[in-house]
Amino acid sequence: MEQYFQQEIECASYEKIREIQSEKLVKQVKHVWDNVPYYRKKMEEKGVKPEDIKSVDDLHKLPFLSKADLREAYPYGLLGVPKDQCVRIHSTSGTTGKRVIAFYTQHDLDLWEDCCARAIMAAGGTKDDVCHIAYGFGLFTGGAGLNGGSHKVGCLTVPISSGNTDRQIMFIKDLSATILCCTPSYAAYLGERMQELGYGPDDIPLKAGIFGAEAWSEEMRQSIQKTMGIKAFDIYGLTELSGPGVAFECSAQNGMHINEDHFIAEIIDPETEEVLPEGSQGELVFTAVDKEAFPMIRYRTRDICTLTREKCSCGRTHVRMGKPMGRSDDMLIIRGVNVFPSEIETVLLNNGYGANYQIVVDRVNNTDTLDVQVEMTPEMFTDNVGEIEERQKKLMGDLKSMLGIKAKVSLLAPKSITRSEGKAVRVIDKRKI
Amino acid sequence: MSVQQISVFLENKPGTLKKMTGVLAAHSIDLRATSLAETKDFGIARLIVDDALSAINTLKENDFVASLTPVLAIEISDEAGGLDKLLDKFTDESVNIEYMYAFSGSKTANNAYMIFRVADTKAAEARLTSAGVKILTQEEIAAI
Repeated sequence: MEQYFQQEIECASYEKIREIQSEKLVKQVKHVWDNVPYYRKKMEEKGVKPEDIKSVDDLHKLPFLSKADLREAYPYGLLGVPKDQCVRIHSTSGTTGKRVIAFYTQHDLDLWEDCCARAIMAAGGTKDDVCHIAYGFGLFTGGAGLNGGSHKVGCLTVPISSGNTDRQIMFIKDLSATILCCTPSYAAYLGERMQELGYGPDDIPLKAGIFGAEAWSEEMRQSIQKTMGIKAFDIYGLTELSGPGVAFECSAQNGMHINEDHFIAEIIDPETEEVLPEGSQGELVFTAVDKEAFPMIRYRTRDICTLTREKCSCGRTHVRMGKPMGRSDDMLIIRGVNVFPSEIETVLLNNGYGANYQIVVDRVNNTDTLDVQVEMTPEMFTDNVGEIEERQKKLMGDLKSMLGIKAKVSLLAPKSITRSEGKAVRVIDKRKI
Repeated sequence: MSVQQISVFLENKPGTLKKMTGVLAAHSIDLRATSLAETKDFGIARLIVDDALSAINTLKENDFVASLTPVLAIEISDEAGGLDKLLDKFTDESVNIEYMYAFSGSKTANNAYMIFRVADTKAAEARLTSAGVKILTQEEIAAI
């Protein structure tokens, strides 16, 4: 039986959702016009007034916000309420450029936690579950978001945060944790460590995992599910919009439902900025219609994906987004070709290697070099040099056909790539441009 | 009776081999013979030791990828033509060799030992034995 946290809104008709969105959008645009001079100026430059926005159909008239705006307005320039009404900040990991700082009122925290609660229930969670949260707590949104959601569902919540893997495994076993929340790379590492300790899927009490905050492939999902004997669910979010829970997977494990009553999604052509019809691949843009403190309007996520309104077997009606190919921040341009780490991961796992890899990009004699470093595993090792070289050659061939450019493959000793406890460091770009 | 050789994956960077020998030394594992196969990108160390089981467990516990490979160990006389004479038998019996390496015995004894990796260890063993070649056992190797 499918369970919902807020069934009425999660399963509302398309018309009803549009009605809610329109109502909230009109109000939000007025709020921003009155309270955020930075955005008001943008609207004036575009010649748009709050009264021009009468429904969701007028959304396309509004100017975009991007990460560059967040940097320019850093730190308080996009605040939608006086500081004394804010109760918390969160901040991005700062892996690309300057940190983003997002602000929350109590209302904002509340709706964010609702979104996470929806995700937990969509993964099969109820108040009977023990929810083990190994996302980092602190400025990072992962821990706080799922923690709040888990409370709302009524799970017994274990806010263990990241780190100390053996202690994590002890807690999971001793408390019979049923739901694991962390980054997919850390889930893979936990699984690997559990195997080393001799725990098979039947010895691990977990039944579901909610993994997000970085791009991961379908192959990685299969591998995590097998190792731990769980169902692995994807969750999506950005600090700019609140954190994890902007969208989440349901039992169908086929795309993530966007919490449309809070976030209006559009797909645009990143070059022309034109809105594209449903089903097109393009850049995901969000308008947070419910947020008070940090009211993002038409925020460009840099994530490339598609949206679908096809009926979902779980009963939820909210639009689904496909797995982003990766943030365009993660995207590498190597010899002029766009390369996503997730594509490399897919090829590695398809070839029987593990998810422990690193991508090293450098520039030698004005030419970009791509070195995919992957750890040797007992399964892939043989005494026959020729056979290992054959596999290496096949892997290089597969990478070439996936990426369109040549990649070198280096085989590393096991455990030589540092395991991440939060977001994995997949890419080392040594190019000095 | 074939002998268990340990094959160890070695990443191509300074210090890898030393790390392996360090682990073996710390666990008092005695090496009988070693050989290193290298490519541009990685290497495989091949080892004959006194105690293969404890050696492979030790290596695995220390994060090495290692496997056991059956090989044939044969004693030859340490003189000109010694190996040639033995290989006559291989040719006669059509046993194809993938790789081989040698180690010499004690200083006083006048013989050497050859390690052979062949495609079909069992069949080769049977044919060579019937042709009069003495193939050493794990115990005999350990006793050298």
